[in-house]
Amino acid sequence: MHRDEIPPGTLYLLILRTLARSGEMHGYEIANSIQRTSNDVLQVEEGSLYPALQRMLIKGWVTAKWGTTAGNRRARYYQLTATGRKQLDVEMSQFERVVGAITRVIEAV
Amino acid sequence: MDWLRELARRLRMLIHRRQFDADLEEEMRLHFELRQQEQLESGVTPQDTQAAARRRFGNTTYLKEESHLAWGWEWFEHLAADVRYGLRMLRKSPGFSAVAILTIALGIGATTAIFSVVDATLLRPLPYPEPEQLVSIQDDLPGVGAHDSGMSEPEWQDLQHSGIFQYVSPTWFDENNLTGSSRPARVRLLLVAPNYFAMLDVKPQLGRIFDPNDHSPGLIPEVLISDGLWKRSFGADPHILDKSVRMDTDLYRVVGVMPSGFDAPGRIAEERNIEIWAATSFYGMPMSDHPPRGRRNLPTAIARLKPGVTIEAAQSRVDALVASLQKQFPADYPVQSAWKMRLLPLKERVVGNVRQSLILLLGAAGLVLLIGCVNVANLLLARASTRGREVAVRQALGAGRVRLMRQLLTESMLLSLLGGVAGLAILFCLKGSLLRLLPENLPRLNDISISWSVLLFALGASLVAGTVFGLAPALHACHLNLTDALKEATRGSTGSGKQARTRRALVVTEFALSLVLMIAATLLLRSFWDLVRVPLGFNPQNVAVVRTRLPAPNDPKADLYRTAEQEAPFLREVLRRARTLPGVEEVALGDTAAIPLDQSLQDLKRISEGQFPVTFEGRDAQSDQPCVVERSSVTPDYFHLMGIPLLRGRLFDDSDNDKSPQVAAINEEFAQTYWPNQNPLGKRFKQNRADSPWITVIGVTANARTASLAYGAVPQAYLDIYQTNERRLAVFLRGHLNTAAIAEEMRSQIQSVDSTLPVSGAQTLSETVSASLAERRFSMEMVGLFALTALLLAGLGIYGVISYTVSACTHEIGIRLALGAQRRNILSTVLRQGLRLAVTGAAVGFIGALLLSHLMAGLLYGVRPTDPLTFTGVTAVFIAVALFACYIPARRATEVDPVVALRHE
Repeated sequence: MHRDEIPPGTLYLLILRTLARSGEMHGYEIANSIQRTSNDVLQVEEGSLYPALQRMLIKGWVTAKWGTTAGNRRARYYQLTATGRKQLDVEMSQFERVVGAITRVIEAV
Repeated sequence: MDWLRELARRLRMLIHRRQFDADLEEEMRLHFELRQQEQLESGVTPQDTQAAARRRFGNTTYLKEESHLAWGWEWFEHLAADVRYGLRMLRKSPGFSAVAILTIALGIGATTAIFSVVDATLLRPLPYPEPEQLVSIQDDLPGVGAHDSGMSEPEWQDLQHSGIFQYVSPTWFDENNLTGSSRPARVRLLLVAPNYFAMLDVKPQLGRIFDPNDHSPGLIPEVLISDGLWKRSFGADPHILDKSVRMDTDLYRVVGVMPSGFDAPGRIAEERNIEIWAATSFYGMPMSDHPPRGRRNLPTAIARLKPGVTIEAAQSRVDALVASLQKQFPADYPVQSAWKMRLLPLKERVVGNVRQSLILLLGAAGLVLLIGCVNVANLLLARASTRGREVAVRQALGAGRVRLMRQLLTESMLLSLLGGVAGLAILFCLKGSLLRLLPENLPRLNDISISWSVLLFALGASLVAGTVFGLAPALHACHLNLTDALKEATRGSTGSGKQARTRRALVVTEFALSLVLMIAATLLLRSFWDLVRVPLGFNPQNVAVVRTRLPAPNDPKADLYRTAEQEAPFLREVLRRARTLPGVEEVALGDTAAIPLDQSLQDLKRISEGQFPVTFEGRDAQSDQPCVVERSSVTPDYFHLMGIPLLRGRLFDDSDNDKSPQVAAINEEFAQTYWPNQNPLGKRFKQNRADSPWITVIGVTANARTASLAYGAVPQAYLDIYQTNERRLAVFLRGHLNTAAIAEEMRSQIQSVDSTLPVSGAQTLSETVSASLAERRFSMEMVGLFALTALLLAGLGIYGVISYTVSACTHEIGIRLALGAQRRNILSTVLRQGLRLAVTGAAVGFIGALLLSHLMAGLLYGVRPTDPLTFTGVTAVFIAVALFACYIPARRATEVDPVVALRHE
């Protein structure tokens, strides 16, 4: 099955949106969630989630705390902050603007 | 505030970075394992799961680094690693490290020491509120060559009412006799306007200031005293405010005590260390009720500008005022005198005349630091070539050039910072003795401290030094040719040609800089030497001087010494008693102006006494420029005691007294200047004042450098002390005397004639002469010290380069010797190399010194800034030192054993 790389610059948006939908998640869950919700179309290079999450931690968009998984293993759970929610809005509108623009270009006769 | 929170998060990460890495590792491992498990469940074989999971995850190491980098601390971690590594390198070669650190410590220590003085005097604002509003006002009469000539009371009033200033206060330095405390003492008094303290905006530690609106005539019967006087003469009496003091027999109430550390803003030490402030409106007894406009008896004035007025704006308004006054009072302001009032920042008046010397010293110290840096750079380069292999290996293993350069620069920075710390440590230890080296009359001496700005300067200097000496070696390391370096290092060769060129260039620079410094020092030394050896025209050996001062009460009726006639019995009695003291061979009396080369007197003349302008009989005073001469009053024995010969005419005798016409002996210069090719005897002159009597010339003496060492021929008039009413008196005693003992004996003798008189200032004339050179001696010694250090460093530098070349060329020399080269030839080849460096450096330095030396013209005496003898002499010495420094390694080159040298291969 063919899987598409995610468009550059949208990783933050995907992570933010995923976290916004489901509250706390650890890295593996985020990766799976993105893949599942995109019906296996979007393929994140899973490792690159982690540097992205670090950057988001610095910006204060997410917080992290250690907890235990269903399988009783230690995992770091990420959660959206208020700033993160605001950032999600920003990224959303930015994304829509870009997609809208691209669509218009494509559909122009 | 977001960035602050972000910074806090980053910092937390920095502190817990081990934990952070572990967490990340764990997180990734979990991800990995969960993925594997999932794939196992979906039926992939165990071998494939791992590969698939890894493929989906990406490059773990790279991702870990990325995550780590995200926090932005990698520079810090690199730095920490570099510092650790650098410290290890320094420990590994302790000899090199010690030499480099010491060299830098010397430079930083010297530069920082001088900077602490510059900071306290030139940089820091004066310690009064809104100091930029304070200005000094000077009257100039450039048309007749008179500067800072004082202002008159009406002019002061004009300035007060001009609306340009908040306050204007004249300051008039004077001495006074303080009685009523433990023993009669000479005190330094400043006569000011009542608004003086309000103008400076300072508060006393006790009591109050003068009422700025007190305009009553005469002297206000109130004084403020300094903290020093309060403690010394009144035992820090807390009830001092209820007490009165007697100054020149007049009673004054003490209304305030100034805090310790308060210095009056003055040009010279005497004027800054004021002990008593008295206030007056400068008219009314004992001054004139209606002071005339032309009587410039107020020596100088200080003013505070209105807020927001710049000094330039104020100056143009003062210029307009001056112009309108000149129109209004044409008789008082003749056009040819070109009267001007000059405003300058008060700080300029306080520190202006030490600026040049201080900047010269800072420059000299900075040069030493720079030369030190060049030396260390050379050492580093020499070491870099032995470390070439290390650097090459690192590069081969993939170290980036920038990263390598950073590491090498970190090492240099470490060296220079350690040097800076060592320099500061030396400075802290020697602080006390270094402060004692400073001339006592340096302004703001008490403000000198190792302050934050000084520490900051030391840090800055260290960083700059580290960059300066670290840059060349670092650049070289970066442009290393890998293959060559790896090959060369195994053989231990001369290093790349480029590097050798850099090292030679550095030595040349070092030589040039040292030569500039050496020439500057020699010019100062020659000036000083010329001054010391200048024929004085008088004999200061075995002469002790003791001073006293007769009081000048405000009420003339209370004055016991009002006229020369009333003063004469006292003078005769003091003379008689002084002659009876054991060991005394000769005695003379004079006023303090008769003490040759007396610094405090020179200063006093500048700030309160004014000059002695004279006019001559039979000449039109208006058309002539007023002639300024030196004057002093003496007894006739003064000339024999001083060894100043009489050339023509006669000296004073008993027939000259206050009834007979006033007479004077003049020096040859006076005669030649004002009566060229004429017989001066019997000619008459007088002081440029309405009420002054004519003075007849009765004798001509030889010239003596009593007024100034630097200026040989100054017109000088000696008046008869019995015909003048001088209050500041000096007793001259010749003989083999113990200065301290004779001072005590004179004190009791003088005080048994009049118990209220202070006796002070016991000094031998030789000490006075030497003290007059104190400032010059200081700058000369400091610059000389710096220059010698520079010479030493330059010598070491060239020695280092040549011996390095020799040791690197052992092999080549061995071959030459084996092929039959004469050892003499080897010696001259090596020496020629050194000589070429030295001559190039000297040539550059020579030209540099030629260009720069005129900047110090003001500090020189007797030599021109481009004195050819100094220039060629110093250059020759320099090249000789360089040759010597090269001779040692050159000798070693000739002792190379060809067999050993060749086998070395």
